[in-house]
Amino acid sequence: MTDVSAFIVQTLLYLAPGIVVTLSLVIVSILLGLLMGVPMAVGQVYGPKPLRALIGVYVWIFRGLPNLVLLFLFFFGIFPILGITDDPFVVAATVLGLRSGAYQSQIFRGAIQSIGEGQMTAARSLGMSTPQAIRHIILPQALRIALPGWSNEYPILLTDSAVCYAIGVAEILAKSYQLVSRTAEPMAIFLIAAVIYILLNYGGMRLFAQIEKKISIPGFGKGAL
Amino acid sequence: MGADKYILRVEDIHKAYGDREVLKGVSFNVRKGETKVFIGPSGTGKSTLLRCINQLTLPDQGRVFLNDEEVTNSGTRINYFRQKIGMVFQNFYLFDHLTAVRNVEVALLKVKKMDAAAAREKALEELRRVGMEDWADHYPAELSGGQAQRVSIARALAMDPDVILFDEPTSALDPELTREVLEVMKNLARQGMTMLVVTHEMSFALSVANEILFMEHGKIIERGTPAQVREDPSFERMRKFIGKFADFGEGSGKEDD
Amino acid sequence: MTDAAFFTEVLIPALLKGGVVSLQLIALAAPFGLLAGIAIAIGRTYGGRVVSGLCHGYIIFFKGCPLLLLLFILYFGLPSLGITLPAFVAAVIGFILCNGAYNSEYIRGALLSVKEGQMIAAQALGMSRWQAIRHIILPQALRRAIPGVSNEFIYLIKYSSLAYLITVTELTGAAKIVAAKYFAYFEAFALVGIFYLILVSIATVAVGVLEKRLAIPGFSGK
Repeated sequence: MTDVSAFIVQTLLYLAPGIVVTLSLVIVSILLGLLMGVPMAVGQVYGPKPLRALIGVYVWIFRGLPNLVLLFLFFFGIFPILGITDDPFVVAATVLGLRSGAYQSQIFRGAIQSIGEGQMTAARSLGMSTPQAIRHIILPQALRIALPGWSNEYPILLTDSAVCYAIGVAEILAKSYQLVSRTAEPMAIFLIAAVIYILLNYGGMRLFAQIEKKISIPGFGKGAL
Repeated sequence: MGADKYILRVEDIHKAYGDREVLKGVSFNVRKGETKVFIGPSGTGKSTLLRCINQLTLPDQGRVFLNDEEVTNSGTRINYFRQKIGMVFQNFYLFDHLTAVRNVEVALLKVKKMDAAAAREKALEELRRVGMEDWADHYPAELSGGQAQRVSIARALAMDPDVILFDEPTSALDPELTREVLEVMKNLARQGMTMLVVTHEMSFALSVANEILFMEHGKIIERGTPAQVREDPSFERMRKFIGKFADFGEGSGKEDD
Repeated sequence: MTDAAFFTEVLIPALLKGGVVSLQLIALAAPFGLLAGIAIAIGRTYGGRVVSGLCHGYIIFFKGCPLLLLLFILYFGLPSLGITLPAFVAAVIGFILCNGAYNSEYIRGALLSVKEGQMIAAQALGMSRWQAIRHIILPQALRRAIPGVSNEFIYLIKYSSLAYLITVTELTGAAKIVAAKYFAYFEAFALVGIFYLILVSIATVAVGVLEKRLAIPGFSGK
């Protein structure tokens, strides 16, 4: 094995746990964002005025603040005050998830609003209650329409997850930084890290494209939004 | 320039898209001040022919001369020839982000490098010529189709071209709007502008053209003056084609294809 | 020190100082990020195979590489190649490279949305391809790209906070320093959050005004 390939292999081995952490962080936060985003979207479209306003403020704050500021605020401020946990991963997943929830809610809101009034009217005329209509008629359509926009959350969260290095999450960037301080090969190691991110990005997008294809229905193409 | 001298010579133009031969050797000459009208069924290469003249479409074979200078194979000098060969399109192609007057002056400023005041003056003069001076500050989206087409004619006129190519200038317009555009074109012909017109407006062809050229399947099949076409039964194909439009000689000529 | 004095005499002055640095970062990065976006979009759309491919590679790299990692490459990595950049400069360059990549995608979409006839009509008037792109296509495309580019501008405001992690004492950094010194994390980051919300809100309003001023009949901006 040449020196170069040995170096690359060693670097990859060192960064491997970081890749696992990064991907876990992305998956947990995207799911948390989904759990928050859908109800918030429904609330913003069908909810009473005060609820809509409340969700609006939430979205405004979490979309308006830098990721880094939110991480610092939660890690050094809110979590210690509440005395919950000081695990950086939990804080990071929470912040990324809350933030993603704000973004996702807007994607789903747009999708819900793009569905014609007729769908709701037809469901109600069959005797469904509004919540039933939302659950069985509106959401199944809205989620499909939202999917292309929703898959965009993956590359965003993937690149944003690197910022969690700042509160000590041992993800890819943190591991590379550690390695750099040991080997004094900053350029090579950071470039390898960049390639890892780009490959994860590409692989994830391919996966989402597959999912999109699987659950597609005639008439719900990419152009539907 | 002598009366017999040709301003534009088109020699043996061929053009194919894949297997489909659109033009199969088209030749004709144009004198200064002449209006030649090309008619014929849709898809017989009339528009392609016009685009081959100013090289927006590159012909496979054949040559074009403007004032005895070769337009074909002229390299970057084509931009000079295109200034001398105006073009008016079926869908106007006004620049959507510019007001009427700026549409007319943009090429004066950027291509002819005229100074701003002179370009503006010239642009307003050309708008006046097509009766659009009151609309100078309106954007294309605020104009009717007929108004937009008149502005696009002014835009072509502003370059002081030797010849203007009209590619179905009224095909996208309602009959009332068609009339206002044809009126402008008639005036231009009367003022001595050299024009090549592809159109389905038979009354325009019969009243304005110096020569009508009937094209079918990529070739000029018949050609003659309006009087000949009107009176000479030997122009069989053309008479039959014009007859289909039911306006032989007069009346509005809105076709249905 | 009283709570009020902490805010008025320590925290707010520190944040204002940091805010100026943030604004400098943004003001330097935004125009060049737009220019980079235009250049890459034109190269990708109208360039030959090689130029177009290079521009595509640029986009893949700078969109796929996290901005923070890019800043690390510029600030910690480049010195090993003999190029040492001050942190502020490294941050601005990083923002430009990243902002340019994202902007270029919106501008490219807008370039492709300009109708074919616009180029044909421009060429028929004797414009060269480049003249047509510059005077006819680009002005239309940029108007259509305004919503996307404005969005990226607002992202730039937020992502400028990452400069702190390569030692630039901008808004977030100023808050962090005060927070650590006085052990007032919540106060410092809550207030810096309000600063960012104000900045983002001003930018949103400004962008809306700009969009209105540049509006032309027939251009919905969508």
